Amino acid sequence: MKYLILIRAGLWRKKTRTLLTMASIMVAFLLFGLIQGINQDIKKGLGDSSNARLWTASRVGLLSSLPISLLSRIAAVEGVRAIAHVSLFGGYFRDARNAIPAFATNVDQLAVVYPELNISHTQIDAMKSTRAGALVGRFLANEYGWKVGDQIPLGTTLWRNVDGRNSWTFNIVGIFDADPKYARNSLGGSLWLNYDYWDEARLFDRHHVHQFIIRIDNPAHATAIASQIDRLFANSSDETRTQTESAAIQSQLESLADVDFIANAMVGAVMFTLLFLTANTMMQSVRERIPELAVLRTLGFSGGAVCALVLVESALLCLIAAIIGLILSAVAIEMVGTSLGTTVLPPVVVIVGLVIAAVLAIVSGLLPAVRAQRLNIVDALAAR
Amino acid sequence: MSMIISLQGVVKRYVRGKQQIEVLHKLALEVAGGEFLALMGPSGSGKTTLLNLIAGLDQPTEGEVNVAGERIDRLSGSQLGRWRARHIGFVFQFYNLLPVLTAQENVEVPLLLTHLSASQRKQNARMALELVGLGDRASHKPNELSGGQLQRVSIARALVSDPTLLVCDEPTGDLDRENAEEILKLLQMLNRDQGKTIVMVTHDALAADHASRTLHLDKGHLHGTSARSAA
Repeated sequence: MKYLILIRAGLWRKKTRTLLTMASIMVAFLLFGLIQGINQDIKKGLGDSSNARLWTASRVGLLSSLPISLLSRIAAVEGVRAIAHVSLFGGYFRDARNAIPAFATNVDQLAVVYPELNISHTQIDAMKSTRAGALVGRFLANEYGWKVGDQIPLGTTLWRNVDGRNSWTFNIVGIFDADPKYARNSLGGSLWLNYDYWDEARLFDRHHVHQFIIRIDNPAHATAIASQIDRLFANSSDETRTQTESAAIQSQLESLADVDFIANAMVGAVMFTLLFLTANTMMQSVRERIPELAVLRTLGFSGGAVCALVLVESALLCLIAAIIGLILSAVAIEMVGTSLGTTVLPPVVVIVGLVIAAVLAIVSGLLPAVRAQRLNIVDALAAR
Repeated sequence: MSMIISLQGVVKRYVRGKQQIEVLHKLALEVAGGEFLALMGPSGSGKTTLLNLIAGLDQPTEGEVNVAGERIDRLSGSQLGRWRARHIGFVFQFYNLLPVLTAQENVEVPLLLTHLSASQRKQNARMALELVGLGDRASHKPNELSGGQLQRVSIARALVSDPTLLVCDEPTGDLDRENAEEILKLLQMLNRDQGKTIVMVTHDALAADHASRTLHLDKGHLHGTSARSAA
């Protein structure tokens, strides 16, 4: 602790340079926290997704529909406990920029397949008694200030109703509170409509759905049941592709991009650049202070002590900035939230971030520290 | 009178490129405790090399160097570091203070190597600054002090750990005549009143006049000596 004044003297010698370097490290770790936080969130989302649920969609693609008549045949497959269907409404509220994740479904079965949504019997009954009813996730309701009893107009570019208009009106009959990990995702943060009402009212593609979601009795049988379902419709005009929920989400993400690779590549590039920046700062700082370090050696400080001083300087520079960067990223993630619903920076990201900061400090500080340790006092005092 | 410094047959050679340069030739020197010795000589005569050998900053190529009762030419680098901390106080031409620290913090630096508590370190640093007449400038940073004041802080730093020997390398080389005179009087006072043994390298004959003895070094040989009683 008593050497703190020397560490302060080293870091504060060029205040602006130190602050700018710290700012660079801080921004890099803010970026690291955000990218890896979201990446971990996605991985966690995949981990949370279940192998006890199967998603069956058209083999042609997710947006190609399947006849609802397939439902009874799938339900008859051994091991299937419950089956819900989901169709994309794709709405917006007042303005096309306010996109609303809205889906048509059979709510009573959705509540069985997804107990995590915490849809109550009262809400199911309310949906049954109000054909134009809608259930809304708490997060979405709060975002637009909706409450039970509100009548909301939703536009959609996908569906026209029998009147030829693309404007639909629904009555909010319930607001459900999904489990936290589902609260903001496309299930718990969505608006659910009565399929029967919507199907009768739409102009085309009637009696079709986009996806079946099946709850099975034993996750160990997932592959066998999925194959059995797909075999049922093989060589028909409605061939299906059935996957476990986790595999389906992963394949959807991979169809967009290899998120893990992109996240790691971006972080790697940032950290590599940062290494040069910090190493250069430390090198420059030590080079400018050679006479001062020589004076310390003259006064009796050992080579090891001077080496340690430079390494601690480097560690403080990197760690303080990294901690501030990670705190800012945690605040940003909490404020903005992420697509998969988690609003907390995963502890693993914080730990990895601190380890990276420590490695950065050692690697960038090592060379100047060794130089400080090995300096020849006589030459350094004579500025040779 | 006991000898604080005793050099016998000291040779110092440097290798510069392919050339070997002998800076000090079979040099002998004895300095008694309580002396104020001035080392004079032209540039390149070996004054600073001799001072570095006495202060344990450099090792001779040949010969014996005894300082403060220790044969320091046989000590390792780390042993020399500890020895310097205990026995030597340094005063440099360009002060070599840490610019971010206050005068008091600069004076405290050598005490970081001791087991003194923080309050004891502060108290000792304050006393050293009082001794050099800068008690009221303790909280000032180097850029807020004049050249003469900076050298006084540097002397306070050299004194604070109560070393056996003060070595001063051109302590007035960067000062005007008035400030130089003040610094030299301060060194004289430390020699006379505190009994400090001082070895000072200087170009300046007027500065050397303040010492109790002057040695002239030329091309690695000590030439004539002169001694006077301190003013």
